[in-house]
Amino acid sequence: MSKALLYDATMCIGCKQCEQACAQQNKLPYDDQVAAEPVQSEHKYTVVLAKNDKFMRRLCMHCEHPACASACPVGAFHKTDEGPVVYDVWKCIGCRYCMVACAFSQPKYEWHSLNPRVRKCIMCPDRVLAGKQTACAEICPTGATKFGERDELIKEAQDRIRQNPSTYLPRLYGLHEVGGTCVLILSGVNVEEYGYPPSAKIGDTPMPEYTGRVMSKIPDFVPVWSLVLGGIYWISHRREEVAAAEAEEKNGSKR
Amino acid sequence: MKFKLTFWRAVFILIMGLGLYSTFVRYFHGLGAVSNMSDQFPWGLWIGFDCLCGVMLAAGGFCVIGAVYLFNVERLHSIVRPAVLTAFLGYLLFIVGLLFDLGRPWYIWHQLIYMNPHSVMFEVGVCVMAYTTVLFFEFLPNVLERFNLTAAIKWIKKVYAVLVVLGILLSTLHQSSLGSLYLIMPSKLHPFWYTPALPFLFFGSAIAVGLAMTIFESTQSAKAFGRHLELPVLAELGGALLVALWVNALLRFEDYFHRGMLGQIIRPSYEAYFLWLELALAFVIPIAMLSFKRVRLSPDGLYLASICTVLGFITNRLNVSVTGFETYVGHHYLPKWTEFSVTLMIIAMGFALFGLAVRYLPIYPQDNHVGQHHQADAMPAITTAVLGHAGD
Repeated sequence: MSKALLYDATMCIGCKQCEQACAQQNKLPYDDQVAAEPVQSEHKYTVVLAKNDKFMRRLCMHCEHPACASACPVGAFHKTDEGPVVYDVWKCIGCRYCMVACAFSQPKYEWHSLNPRVRKCIMCPDRVLAGKQTACAEICPTGATKFGERDELIKEAQDRIRQNPSTYLPRLYGLHEVGGTCVLILSGVNVEEYGYPPSAKIGDTPMPEYTGRVMSKIPDFVPVWSLVLGGIYWISHRREEVAAAEAEEKNGSKR
Repeated sequence: MKFKLTFWRAVFILIMGLGLYSTFVRYFHGLGAVSNMSDQFPWGLWIGFDCLCGVMLAAGGFCVIGAVYLFNVERLHSIVRPAVLTAFLGYLLFIVGLLFDLGRPWYIWHQLIYMNPHSVMFEVGVCVMAYTTVLFFEFLPNVLERFNLTAAIKWIKKVYAVLVVLGILLSTLHQSSLGSLYLIMPSKLHPFWYTPALPFLFFGSAIAVGLAMTIFESTQSAKAFGRHLELPVLAELGGALLVALWVNALLRFEDYFHRGMLGQIIRPSYEAYFLWLELALAFVIPIAMLSFKRVRLSPDGLYLASICTVLGFITNRLNVSVTGFETYVGHHYLPKWTEFSVTLMIIAMGFALFGLAVRYLPIYPQDNHVGQHHQADAMPAITTAVLGHAGD
């Protein structure tokens, strides 16, 4: 069973301790200046956004069927059994297809490095594997970010919506979006206001399916198309061969 | 011979100088310093033009090889060599462009050991590598002939059928897959350009542009090297181009029709302007021109129609790779001058290498006596410039 994070925006007080814990966990610099940056970047994997005194976190969604993992030509991304989508930097060639492919635009790039890496939240895989929570969930003083089994978190989120229908919008973002994600978001306002892509736009189909439909045809296409091409070649050159053979036969019979 | 600084030589030197400066910035200060690419626009001019357009512009090779060897259209035989040369150079330069764009180009070979069969990029990469190898062998006879290595030529002739079939198979795969790359972003790419038909459209446009580029390049080299123009060959290509354009136009129409987009594409919007530009250049103007027999039989008419086609489909691919993302991203992307300068340098290298190859290899075996002292006066003089340069 895969692990997940449930982020309840209504419980978030915007203290940004998750940002700081994330920076510490990933050995990134963190000061007032970084804290004030309202965007994710190669040195800020998660951000707490504020709008009208309401808060919203952004981080990698850890899709059940990650587009980045399917897009990467060298398989530098993969979905672990525990849930995190992780990145093997030593494989990466820097094509940045993962960045374009991600519906949530989560992978960021070290644009000013001479040996640049793709950077994103990797859901503390070492901690998760050791049975611990992610750094952001552990530090969260209000429990707005909660770590647990995905199935259990979904049940809990649905209970919260049922018990407080006036607080929450009746939706759990990430439950079905792009085939489901391991970051689930509960909120009183629409997540789209904070830059999340609209559910209707990204749909419930896992993104890798769109390319998979074509890629899966290639193993059949190659032999069939080779045969067709070879056949055309054979037919269009057959006439020449026949003519040549006939000419030779004539020469032979003369001798 | 003394080195004379002509206008086009000066331009060539300037382009190479600026390009080398940008190359320095790229490898010593990083992608962020050399380009306007960002986390919002991770792919810029180098993917949009150098890669997507570059591969399309080099499609003439497989189109002509297919016509001559697959369908046995003997009449086109004289343009096989220049077409193969263009394709070979095109793919080599595509790889050069990739070395600029990849963040870690020194790991490009990872493609061969860490394979991800689900990735369209992987498929494109492997096909391009394999096809460049095929093109190398298709091109090799030129070099072997130059040094009279007849035994080796015989060997290649023996496997030529395999090379032909393999080349067309690989071209079909990666030309269409360049379009498939964008299938994974249905929520990001503007619906004018996002369609499940992308691989078909990319393959179709590669054929049209392949034919147009062959016309363009034959005319161009006729001017540059003072060769006589083989009008019947060009007229035949012009006819084929007209058919290819109609098929492409029909595909586009069908696609918009079935997705119910016809109403949207005629309504003015930022994207619509770019779409109209693309459709006018790629379809309306060249189809209108080529529909006249007079144009199909005139070198200038064919030349203009082919340039128009090429520009139209370049616009198309830049729309797919840049314009189509601007609404999603929320701002515009304009390449930095250093990005342009690298692209220009790569194009200039293409012209230069083409000129060198024509000078030293039997690319035009029928009239290899020309091109020595010819003074070109028009655009193709970049080629001549380098030609002269090499001879000094």
